[in-house]
Amino acid sequence: MSNVLVFAELRGAEPKKVSFEMLSAAKQIAAATGGQVIAAAIGDGLSGLGAKLGAYGATKVFVANGVAKYSTEGFAHILAGLIKQENPAVVLLGATAQGKDLAPRLAAKLGVGLASDIVGFRMDGNKFVAKRPVFAGKAFTEVTFLAAPAIATVRPNVLPIGETNGAAAAEAVLAADLGGPKAQIIEIVAGVSKRLDLTEADRIVSGGRGIKDKTNFKILEELADVIGASVGASRAAVDAGYADVSMQVGQTGKTVNPTLYVACGISGAIQHLAGMRTSKVIVAINKDPEAPIFQVADYGIIGDLFEAVPLMTAEAKKLLA
Amino acid sequence: MNIVVLCKQVPDTESKIKLLGDNSNYDQEGIKWVLNVYDEYAVEEALKTREAGKAAKVTVLGLGPKRCEEALRTALAMGADDAIHVEDPALDGADAFAVAKALAGALKGVDYGVILCGKVAVDDDMGAVPQMLAELLGIAQVTVVSKVEIEGDTVKAYRDVEGGAKEIVQAKMPVLLAATKGLNEPRYASLPGIMKAKRKPLVKKTAADVGSSAAENKTKVAGWSLPAARLAGKVFKEGELADRVAQVVKLLREEAKAL
Ligand SMILES: Cc1cc2nc3c(=O)[nH]c(=O)nc-3n(C[C@H](O)[C@H](O)[C@H](O)COP(=O)(O)OP(=O)(O)OC[C@H]3O[C@@H](n4cnc5c(N)ncnc54)[C@H](O)[C@@H]3O)c2cc1C
Ligand SMILES: Nc1ncnc2c1ncn2[C@@H]1O[C@H](COP(=O)(O)O)[C@@H](O)[C@H]1O
Repeated sequence: MSNVLVFAELRGAEPKKVSFEMLSAAKQIAAATGGQVIAAAIGDGLSGLGAKLGAYGATKVFVANGVAKYSTEGFAHILAGLIKQENPAVVLLGATAQGKDLAPRLAAKLGVGLASDIVGFRMDGNKFVAKRPVFAGKAFTEVTFLAAPAIATVRPNVLPIGETNGAAAAEAVLAADLGGPKAQIIEIVAGVSKRLDLTEADRIVSGGRGIKDKTNFKILEELADVIGASVGASRAAVDAGYADVSMQVGQTGKTVNPTLYVACGISGAIQHLAGMRTSKVIVAINKDPEAPIFQVADYGIIGDLFEAVPLMTAEAKKLLA
Repeated sequence: MNIVVLCKQVPDTESKIKLLGDNSNYDQEGIKWVLNVYDEYAVEEALKTREAGKAAKVTVLGLGPKRCEEALRTALAMGADDAIHVEDPALDGADAFAVAKALAGALKGVDYGVILCGKVAVDDDMGAVPQMLAELLGIAQVTVVSKVEIEGDTVKAYRDVEGGAKEIVQAKMPVLLAATKGLNEPRYASLPGIMKAKRKPLVKKTAADVGSSAAENKTKVAGWSLPAARLAGKVFKEGELADRVAQVVKLLREEAKAL
């Protein structure tokens, strides 16, 4: 009985993509531990999660319904109770705003270890060994666990999604009892962007100091619209007031993992690379042939971004039409 | 009300990371050590709160080898009042849980309303010590905080979440707040500040004093590796810009399968 528990994070009432990525990983782990994949979800107005999560490999889904707002202490309380009851060998959460806040609290509550933001894992017999980046991806460590369960947060967009035709999982009710948290969300201020968060985006178009003005981000927005991307920025662009701080990619901004990263007017300083070097394909548009960004770019275009970006938008439109 | 700020010393973000020959750790030779950037935001917020008359004293707390004194002195030079340094070889290689346990032990008998810290240390990139500490102390936490409002013993903190949205979280003191960029602009230590910092009290604590050691570890780093180097890509510089762009877009589709 060495099950693997996935905390299926939701957006509204639907599982996030990272939840499916985790279920697929959990299937591989469970194959080695000789257990089943179980899942837990907390939210409001939830239905059909047995089928949605079963498709990706869960055999049982514990659902706490009627919880409208996230609460660190409340979610940790619910999950700790479930973990004590089910005794999983490994627990996975998303390395998302919610998962990163929650997982360490949960680990400390249980007195067990945590590996955050893992990008890979291997099974050493039936022991889970996690691989995680340190120094913003300049190095990796392998982490082993000295207490059970092993808890890890999984970086979105990295682990592949496997089979999607599993049978519907059995649903079980989880008491929606938050246990009297001391902190409460009293208001949520919506973000300015309607696009997918950078940490979850599959494509990103980013602008740096070379963009010269806030209004010029429009040309990046247009390219992003055509290729279905989110829009990011360098710290120089954020500090100059061209872009919102939530758009910053890099060491002191967001770490991103898209399939495609298009860097426009970004020199490629080490702290910027720290946030995007693991992108699968990097395109750089810069008028300076010496810019360090070209050392990591798969495709480099030396030229003026104000000409090159609109041309790229037009080409992509033609191609994707 | 007093404030405690957690201060970790980390390699400068410019540092080149090399590994030891047996891949058991990174090579610390030649590293320039600094106060973790996110902890600078935390120190600044504590000082601003004290200057606004909402806190009486700012204590900084750090765990690590002897050199970490420098990070604590940096915070004292910025304006913190006193420091606690947990220094003991028994804590070498302590993981997030063992560190949180030690910090919790160091806070026994310390009177605080707010603990400020960074959201993540830029060396281990864990982002775990703050939440673990809050749990061990049994207090409220808010992480990734970009704005703080304090009214009496009520704290309102703005927490940055996905897509630029903010959750406004409210709690009564004591509360732990983990800072992110945007919270404030940290001040530089002035020369008189640096001089004064040398005479400010810095208390040492051992592993036994704080009731933790590497024996509390719940995880172990089994080995280190470096990322595979990215292969040099194709740079397009000759010919009409329109043709070059068209070529790249075509390759993105056909070769890279990224469109
Ligand atoms: C502790 C610390 C943390 C940091 N964290 C981050 C971080 O999280 N993220 C981050 O990005 N940076 C970070 N930085 C800053 C980083 O060091 C660089 O200063 C920053 O990334 C530079 O941004 P940039 O490339 O937009 O600007 P620049 O370096 O000024 O580069 C602008 C580029 O635009 C090109 N350009 C100009 N005009 C055009 C044009 N018309 N067409 C094409 N190209 C053009 C230029 O050739 C140049 O290469 C950090 C620094 C420190 C010290
Ligand atoms: N050894 C330490 N000494 C003092 N504070 C620490 C230590 N380790 C972590 N912290 C605090 O916890 C934050 C997050 O660290 P981490 O969980 O290691 O990413 C840091 O920004 C510090 O404020």
